[in-house]
Amino acid sequence: MKKKFTFNKQLLIPLAAILLLTVFNLIADPSFFAIKLDQNSAGDPVLSGNLITILDYGSELAILAIGMTLVTAATGGQDISVGATIAIAGSVILRVLCGTDSRPETLQAPVIVAFLVACVVSMVFGAFNGVLVAHFKIQPMVATLILFTAGRSIAAWINNNELPVISEPSFAYYGNFIPGIPVPTPFFIAIICMIITALVLRFTTLGLYTQSVGINENSSKLNGINPVFVKFITFVILGLCVAVCGLIKVSRISTINYSVIAKDIEMDAILAVALGGNALSGGKFNMTASILGAYVIQYLTTTLYKFQVQSTALPAYKAVVVIILVVASAPVVREWVAGVWKKRKAKHQVKEAN
Amino acid sequence: MAKTKSKSTNRTGFVAKMSNMTDTNLLLTITVVVFFVMYVGAIIFLGEGFLKPQTFLNMLNSNAALIITACGMSLVMITGGIDISVGGVVALVSMSCAVYLDYNDGNIFGAILIALAIGLAFGLVQGFLVAYLDIQPFIVSLAGMFFARGMTTIVNTKPFNVAHEAFVKLKDTRIVVPGLGSYNRLGKYVDAKIEVGVLVALLIVILLFCLLRWTKLGRAFYAVGGNMQSALMLGINVKQTKFLSHLICGLLAGIGGFVYFMHVGSGSASHASGMEMNAIASSIIGGTMLTGGVGNIVGTLFGVLSLTTIQNIVSSAGLDQAWWTGITIAAMLCLFLVIQSVVMARKKHK
Repeated sequence: MKKKFTFNKQLLIPLAAILLLTVFNLIADPSFFAIKLDQNSAGDPVLSGNLITILDYGSELAILAIGMTLVTAATGGQDISVGATIAIAGSVILRVLCGTDSRPETLQAPVIVAFLVACVVSMVFGAFNGVLVAHFKIQPMVATLILFTAGRSIAAWINNNELPVISEPSFAYYGNFIPGIPVPTPFFIAIICMIITALVLRFTTLGLYTQSVGINENSSKLNGINPVFVKFITFVILGLCVAVCGLIKVSRISTINYSVIAKDIEMDAILAVALGGNALSGGKFNMTASILGAYVIQYLTTTLYKFQVQSTALPAYKAVVVIILVVASAPVVREWVAGVWKKRKAKHQVKEAN
Repeated sequence: MAKTKSKSTNRTGFVAKMSNMTDTNLLLTITVVVFFVMYVGAIIFLGEGFLKPQTFLNMLNSNAALIITACGMSLVMITGGIDISVGGVVALVSMSCAVYLDYNDGNIFGAILIALAIGLAFGLVQGFLVAYLDIQPFIVSLAGMFFARGMTTIVNTKPFNVAHEAFVKLKDTRIVVPGLGSYNRLGKYVDAKIEVGVLVALLIVILLFCLLRWTKLGRAFYAVGGNMQSALMLGINVKQTKFLSHLICGLLAGIGGFVYFMHVGSGSASHASGMEMNAIASSIIGGTMLTGGVGNIVGTLFGVLSLTTIQNIVSSAGLDQAWWTGITIAAMLCLFLVIQSVVMARKKHK
């Protein structure tokens, strides 16, 4: 993204969070960091352990965070329909792979075709959100609330409310392990996505335009940027990210559960963006920090699981983290802290002078 | 609220009247018309069932909690904010009350206090964060929603029915509405009945309507939502007004939670899932603008009724799967959002 690597202040927040969690885990239970080389049911060597879990599940979050960062930067709002759209994308993939039969012996279409269809479908849904936000000027979160409610219903409707199961082992490669490679595949998929994103941001004006629209829509319009199109395109890109995530999600279990798949993932994706130090009200963004933020969120989730926190109770803890983050980054609080800091300094100087 | 001038004098009276309407009245009219058209359509196409007064009263019975939360939501939306934590708060309230009544053998008065306290606590914290720390209401209430949902399972994981004696008595209390009874299939006269919660809901609708229409605070809500800068210059305490709107919304979510609890009589983490969505949808359908400054509590009441009518139509048309309801509500919400957007854009052009 940058020609010369300069240490960005924004990276400090996720790095500090990593450090905090690491120290916490080291004190509580150092065995958290153990990595073992196991064999999975197919007899292939796979790495296992908490760190691998973070790498595995953090990757899908990182992919989502890429799209979410762009949407946040351009519109100053977030897309809360990503979980539901992942369900739609997953449902479409299974529908194409299974055809009319819900328990096929062989795949009815190559996985790549199913994936491309899912890409198109989720980009269409992204475009739907994009039109509502960019053209009709509806607040992003309310506009995406529509799909947030209807998405899972649409996903169930695509497959006639059936739960297709795919027995073909090669389909499971995308969400689990490719035989012979002990590192989970989602990590590689995430790296590919990151490289593409880095290239796009480096060689196109996408990054510049989204930031300028997010900072000041009217002045970017006066400078010849079309804010409607820029906002629209960020939602379409998010749709693409969602399709990749959907593939990973359904590949993990080779089937789908409409009401559970990718549940609450929108919260994690928004958290990743916030933890990356990006302003949730739009404007400047730092993609590296967002991606790092995604892995930190997964780190937090895994740590909480380790301490026997129920999965249904997780949101309560994460909500507290969100509130702390947004309060800490609120301009009012920052000004207040800066004011207190200045006063103390001034007092100190007066004392020294005396 | 700016009145728009009709362009030409040779328009028919009706059109001229329409374009002279304030935003609030125009959107309210659309809602009421849509509701009646839908209800009449339901009567014509889906049979006489919709003609019975009890069918209509059942819509109120099962949606009293939604009416209350939607009223709070409208208030926040009029002030220019949003609160999506209401569904979570309702679930948390019903679970806490259930645990308090069943496991700890508490009394009903205590349960009501718990409900109010939870609602107030959410309103206080969210209002403070939104109004005084200037954080986006959506982020704050999203965190509130997840916090409430998580806390519900921390309070108790398993869903269970409450067998508390006094509570069951209260739950089964029905109030007879005179003059609205009907004859059932056997030709026997059956009184039309409503639950206690409906009375609470109607009382709150009336109170809020008066608050918004005739008090200084009510005017301040509209002023802050319409244009914060000018409200500030008029000498309105913008922060306090915003804070109060969130506080009232939280309190109403608490009351709504107890009414919901009275209706279902059980505690469960999956209670009221999607209620925030229904509340927002009702408000929007009822003519409350997301951008703030425009809205009406009566409209919200009609919004809830429209929503319920749609649900009833969907289920009596044989599309019984749960997913149809989600899709229809979302489609309706989308439609009304676009209508609002178009109406406002046209008004600006004039």
